[in-house]
Amino acid sequence: MDIKFTAEEQAFREEVRAFLKAKLPKDLSEKIRTHRQLTKDDIIRWQKILYEQGWGAPGWPKQFGGTGWSPIQKAIFAEECALAHAPGQLPFGLSMVAPVIMAFGNDVQKERFLPRILSADDWWCQGYSEPGAGSDLASLKTRAERDGDHYIVNGQKTWTTLGQHADWMFCLVRTDPNVKKQEGISFLLIDMKTPGITVRPIQLLDGSREVNEVFLENVRVPVENLVGEENKGWTYAKFLLGHERSGIAGVGTNKAELRRLKEIASTEMKNGRPLIEDPAFRARVARLEIELEALEMTDLRVLAAVQQGTSPGPEASMLKIKGTEIRQELYNLIRQASGPQALAYQPEAIEDPEADYIGPEYALTAAPVYFNNRKITIYGGSNEIQKNIISKMILGL
Amino acid sequence: MDFSLTDEQRMLQDTVERLVADQYGFEERRGYMKHPQGFDPAIWGQMAELGLLGVPFSEEVGGFGGGAVETMLVMEAFGKGLVLEPYVASVLTAGALIADAGSDAQKSEILEALVGGELRLAFAHTEADNRYSETLVSTGAEKQGGGYALTGEKVAVLHGDSADKLVITARTAGEADDAQGLSVFLVDADAKGVTVTGYPTNDGLRAANVKLDGVQVGADALIGEEGQTAELIRLTLDRGAFAVCAEAVGAMSKACDITLEYIKQRKQFGVPIGTFQSIQHRMVEMRIALEQARSATMKAAARLQDGTADERRKAVSAAKVQVGEGGQFVAEWGVQLHGGIGMTEEYNLPHYAKRLVMIDHQFGDVDHHLNRFSAMMDMPESA
Ligand SMILES: Cc1cc2nc3c(=O)[nH]c(=O)nc-3n(C[C@H](O)[C@H](O)[C@H](O)COP(=O)(O)OP(=O)(O)OC[C@H]3O[C@@H](n4cnc5c(N)ncnc54)[C@H](O)[C@@H]3O)c2cc1C
Repeated sequence: MDIKFTAEEQAFREEVRAFLKAKLPKDLSEKIRTHRQLTKDDIIRWQKILYEQGWGAPGWPKQFGGTGWSPIQKAIFAEECALAHAPGQLPFGLSMVAPVIMAFGNDVQKERFLPRILSADDWWCQGYSEPGAGSDLASLKTRAERDGDHYIVNGQKTWTTLGQHADWMFCLVRTDPNVKKQEGISFLLIDMKTPGITVRPIQLLDGSREVNEVFLENVRVPVENLVGEENKGWTYAKFLLGHERSGIAGVGTNKAELRRLKEIASTEMKNGRPLIEDPAFRARVARLEIELEALEMTDLRVLAAVQQGTSPGPEASMLKIKGTEIRQELYNLIRQASGPQALAYQPEAIEDPEADYIGPEYALTAAPVYFNNRKITIYGGSNEIQKNIISKMILGL
Repeated sequence: MDFSLTDEQRMLQDTVERLVADQYGFEERRGYMKHPQGFDPAIWGQMAELGLLGVPFSEEVGGFGGGAVETMLVMEAFGKGLVLEPYVASVLTAGALIADAGSDAQKSEILEALVGGELRLAFAHTEADNRYSETLVSTGAEKQGGGYALTGEKVAVLHGDSADKLVITARTAGEADDAQGLSVFLVDADAKGVTVTGYPTNDGLRAANVKLDGVQVGADALIGEEGQTAELIRLTLDRGAFAVCAEAVGAMSKACDITLEYIKQRKQFGVPIGTFQSIQHRMVEMRIALEQARSATMKAAARLQDGTADERRKAVSAAKVQVGEGGQFVAEWGVQLHGGIGMTEEYNLPHYAKRLVMIDHQFGDVDHHLNRFSAMMDMPESA
């Protein structure tokens, strides 16, 4: 057993650090550090900087313009980005639809879509969930009927993250209603400018506007936008889930937030002393750090196995559960640390980094970020569903 | 042992519950929030007409003469409707403090108008660096002429921006955390040198920061004895803590009802999600948290009514811990069991969740009250 990084991996870490120091715009890192909202342009700007460096797609093979990095390198990159407060890369194109196109798409689709994902010229959103199909995704009802060279799509998608900015949506649709529910689903790429598409924003409990309902009414989608074979969409979706999960533990982000929690608790005063000196609070921070250290090792164990060729199976479910629980507890403690001043709700200042606000900077976003992050145990396969997977696949129950 | 209510108490409960049921639909509440004060003054007027603004006050000033049980009944019903009105600020903290310690002149000037709905108060104690402390007060009151000059800043003053008068804690002597030297003043919100900056809170209520810049008040602005009000402040904060505990019990019970209804009706995999045992057990735990919070709040009511100061403090802290942890548990699992819909502004459950979580930021959080309780915990003689 040797749990140190190799010299090459260390050198790689230094290279990533130097790049971030030179190229990460201060206004973006400041927004991330203080949990402000990113604009569409912010996210595109950062993707283009990475793209110019040749690091636009850490997860892709070299032949498509990716980095070809090893799993450990990808983890190092993600961690350094998080610690430097770099914006996250938009996952929908890069790590959700692209792997499916690479594996199952035709050459025309690869040439048409992949480069524009890499360069952030196309913004993608994920059209899976429907009002009646959440955890039970395979029961989705949105219909696609063949009409000559087109599919006519009718139905409704919901919870579509950042769909308001999207140029394209990858979508699961029902092409055969007369077979077992998993067997009649297809994977379609839909241009969001097509007539018949209406996007309605859904406001979340913290006031943010990041999800949408997408209504599809007689939307004509060219048959060439079908990925792979008709009625094989469920297989592709399951393949995608494997990809959605690499980096799912969010160790880097959790470390960055732990650091922030410690800073806040050193600033906030309790009975005339910094809060972090309160033994009860300090013990809770320590408990969380112990959990996070263990999660980091679990994550590295899985990565090392992947590096040796095993694919991350149900273990990824464990990483998702623990990673999200730790993240939620971090935001919980940040909220609690902020004390009475966390009461104030000042959405204008969260959106506009130039706007005035009252109270300390950390209290501004403490409660909204805590509330917003209740989502992470719901989406991407809820934690209950992840536990069902573990009990079935690992425990054989 | 008798946990039943008297006829009078039951009538009071009916009155408040009817008001909430008739006037506090979820959509109506959304409308009330748009008023600049953050609540509908017409409902405040109705509360006055129904006698609710006088519940804890003596009959002499037009009140109902109620105790902590009556307060609990009102606040629990308010919690079910997520009522926005400044009842805790005006009536249960600032108002009750004047009823306790005010001069006859202050009582007759303030309380009758308060009970009648013509005047509103707020209790200004919290400061940026005092967190939840009862006695750590830096706002100073210096003797000047026949009166005082107040300087300092109060934060997170609940409903401070709709109050006509502020009840402000300030130090007339002593240092930092001394219990001695704490005084309480009654100050007009529009007095010279007072700057009130109001804002909405994360749970849809309102609060304000109050800046005091050499605010001149007469000797008659003092409530209670100069420098001797630490216990009065503690009692007032305990009343506030108790009030939001009872409100939380109402909000928890409503959040449990909404969630129970939802898991019976939401189908995934062809069956209601309430048929999954992991969901059933979680729902059961939510109900247990509710009952524990309710019991602790009832005990606090009893101790507020007839206990010693120490007994009261212990019971209020116990209730605030149960409510802080249990309320957060119900809030978080209520959202989780709903899935995506539980995350939305459009739906009612998340608003209960927000209130339940933010209650822990008022009148002392779980850590504060755990600390206070453990300092007073009974120990065996052998220890
Ligand atoms: C902020 C946010 C962003 C999202 N972004 C996207 C997006 O971009 N694209 C997209 O397609 N979708 C997106 N989703 C949707 C997300 O994937 C779904 O919310 C999720 O699959 C859960 O479905 P549901 O909301 O319908 O809840 P339900 O499936 O109705 O679940 C309700 C509750 O029941 C539990 N449950 C369900 N089945 C079981 C079971 N068998 N055993 C035990 N418990 C069970 C769940 O865990 C949950 O607690 C997003 C959701 C949110 C909240």
